[in-house]
Amino acid sequence: MSLLSKRFHLRGVLLAIVLFSGSTSQAQEPVRFAFIDPLSGAFASIGTSALRQLEFAADYYFNSQGGILGGRPIEIVAFDNQQSPTETQLQFRRVLSEDIRIIFQGNSSAVANTLNDAISRYNRRNPNQEILQLNYAAVDPVLTNDNCSFWHFRFDAHAEMKLAVLTDYIAGNEAIESLYIIGQDYSFGRVVADTTVELMAQKRPDVEIVGTEFHPIGQVKDFSPYVTKIASSGADAVLTGNFGADMVSLARSIIDSGLDIPIYTFYAAYDGITATLGEDAKGQVYLVHNEISNPVPTEERKQFTRAFKSAHPSTDVSQPRIINALRMTVAAMEQAQSTDPDAIALALEDMRFVDFSGEEIWMRSDDHQAFQSLYISMHTDEDIEFDADNSGYGLYSIHRAPAEQTLIETSCRMRRPRP
Amino acid sequence: MIEVLVFATLNGLVSGLLLFMLASGLTLIFSMMGVLNFAHASFYMLGAYCAYSISLHFGYWTGLVFAPLIVGVLGALVERYGLRRVHKSGHVAELVFTFGLAFLIEELVQLFWGTDTKNYQIPDSLDFALFTLFGQEFSAYRAFMIGIPICIFIGLYHVLTRSRIGIIIQAAITHPHTVANLGHNVPRIFMVVFGVGTALAGLAGVIAGPVLTTFPGMAQVLGSIVFVIVVIGGLGSLSGAFIASLLIGLLQSYAIASDLGMPDLLALLGVEFPRDHPLDDLWTLTLPQIGPVLPFLFLVLVLSFRSTGLMGKRES
Repeated sequence: MSLLSKRFHLRGVLLAIVLFSGSTSQAQEPVRFAFIDPLSGAFASIGTSALRQLEFAADYYFNSQGGILGGRPIEIVAFDNQQSPTETQLQFRRVLSEDIRIIFQGNSSAVANTLNDAISRYNRRNPNQEILQLNYAAVDPVLTNDNCSFWHFRFDAHAEMKLAVLTDYIAGNEAIESLYIIGQDYSFGRVVADTTVELMAQKRPDVEIVGTEFHPIGQVKDFSPYVTKIASSGADAVLTGNFGADMVSLARSIIDSGLDIPIYTFYAAYDGITATLGEDAKGQVYLVHNEISNPVPTEERKQFTRAFKSAHPSTDVSQPRIINALRMTVAAMEQAQSTDPDAIALALEDMRFVDFSGEEIWMRSDDHQAFQSLYISMHTDEDIEFDADNSGYGLYSIHRAPAEQTLIETSCRMRRPRP
Repeated sequence: MIEVLVFATLNGLVSGLLLFMLASGLTLIFSMMGVLNFAHASFYMLGAYCAYSISLHFGYWTGLVFAPLIVGVLGALVERYGLRRVHKSGHVAELVFTFGLAFLIEELVQLFWGTDTKNYQIPDSLDFALFTLFGQEFSAYRAFMIGIPICIFIGLYHVLTRSRIGIIIQAAITHPHTVANLGHNVPRIFMVVFGVGTALAGLAGVIAGPVLTTFPGMAQVLGSIVFVIVVIGGLGSLSGAFIASLLIGLLQSYAIASDLGMPDLLALLGVEFPRDHPLDDLWTLTLPQIGPVLPFLFLVLVLSFRSTGLMGKRES
């Protein structure tokens, strides 16, 4: 009943906004955000689900509450880059021609790096018309280290932070004496492999890395040849940074071959992956992420998830980080009373924000990297209040690393625009 | 070592035979109509998605029977009402038509089924380990994936070489005008071949979907490699397609299974480069990494030494 009325309420407000903007000449101009991510092609599912969450969060938190900055609605404008860096360049041009100055982007570090370069170059040449990049998922450490930029903010923990937590957890498991690393052959996959080798050598020198394998991204049709190698290496555990179809195919091949070893991942959940893994992967697939799924920590989170599920029954709140990115950016806008990227960036720096799970997020000004508690969760169907893919299976968090433990030094020497 | 070899061979067989199911249809269509059907892999995807939907309500085996039929009928309709009209405008128009069709099918699939990975599972009756060798299981479903294409190869080969319709199709490949002059309805033969070819692609999708995951990019992953096989095998040659598929499947599987690479070659030659050498990426290249490129390399080699492909007869 309350859900129904909430939906009705939301629609009413939207209708009011439409009528309002149509009937008066002094209509409140919307605040526009660009969203550049794959909406077609092999990785479309990740991009479309992120877009749905961003749009829903904008309506839920702001548009239904009367907008931001004194009544302006948020408008999300989506651009499809098919997860290709080349296409991203074209879409970036389109964003410029649409006169949008804030860009959400997350999928693929290769794309994030391209966008980061393009934005830095553009901002240098066009003072006072800067563009802001809000990175909610690309986790190549270089983006907040050597290639850091004043115009880039990251709301996800980067690969080294996640791996520090994950390797701590693996190191604590005495049963694991050997580890196999497999990843997609591009910047992120290589960072995962190199960092894991380095960290495991420090934490558990006795754990043997029995294999480091790279495969082309999105091109492997059958992972069983790789699984044969994993099996014959005698590994006690597998670690991978794979995402999308590469993740689910790999996990399925490992499980189908009867290998009963834990698989440590970054992205083995949601968008059909959880449902496809199903019963077979129970208690075998783990992932490290910067959010808690189950047990659901707060009432606010429960209400948000229920409202989202009633609007999008087939999708899940899989990436709270994009919601955090939006809410923190809006908080910065309200604080600065401006939509100017320069003012937003300054307000975001050193911001402390409590998200809908009750976690505090701190945006470090040195490198524009967000810090919050990281979790290791397990794929299971026990004690799952909010499942994924309506499958009854979901993520249950089994290990928490508080934010202070995830602080990592940065090599970033940020060039700031003006003193 | 021996276990890697055994499983690499089995894996190679599975993926090679899967490729054959796509290549067999494509090579027949290609040789008869002179059209590279760019949408062929899309019919494969369509097969997997149809079977997924059917399996939700009627189980896997119903999907196995009906999904290829649906895809085959769709294929025949595409030929009858699409390709045949475009045919008048020449080969380029046909090529562009199938190219566009590939995009159209991919978009339609996303429209109907969404962009998520689909939870398409293997049937319970085949969900067990057929045998365990050196501590690794080989599932019954994978054996099924080897068995079905072999049956199809034998069946198709039989039909093409022994039956009347097969002989007409064979003749239409090499002498289409003579066949037409003899009073055979060549357009109808085209339609049937196109339908059967796409149905085979659909069947491949039904069989591969649960194992290789059913997602919107599944056509892209296979698309280009199937063309490579058809060209390597020789136009219109079923045996050629069969041999080329197995070769490519095994080649890729062995490449991934091996750990050899440039470091081994350099060690053999006694050469060493520092880690910061500008060509470091080249010196650390391994066979598993270049595995996906090998079929294309193989294609170049085959074409430069034998332009008709391995078993091709006609110079086109």
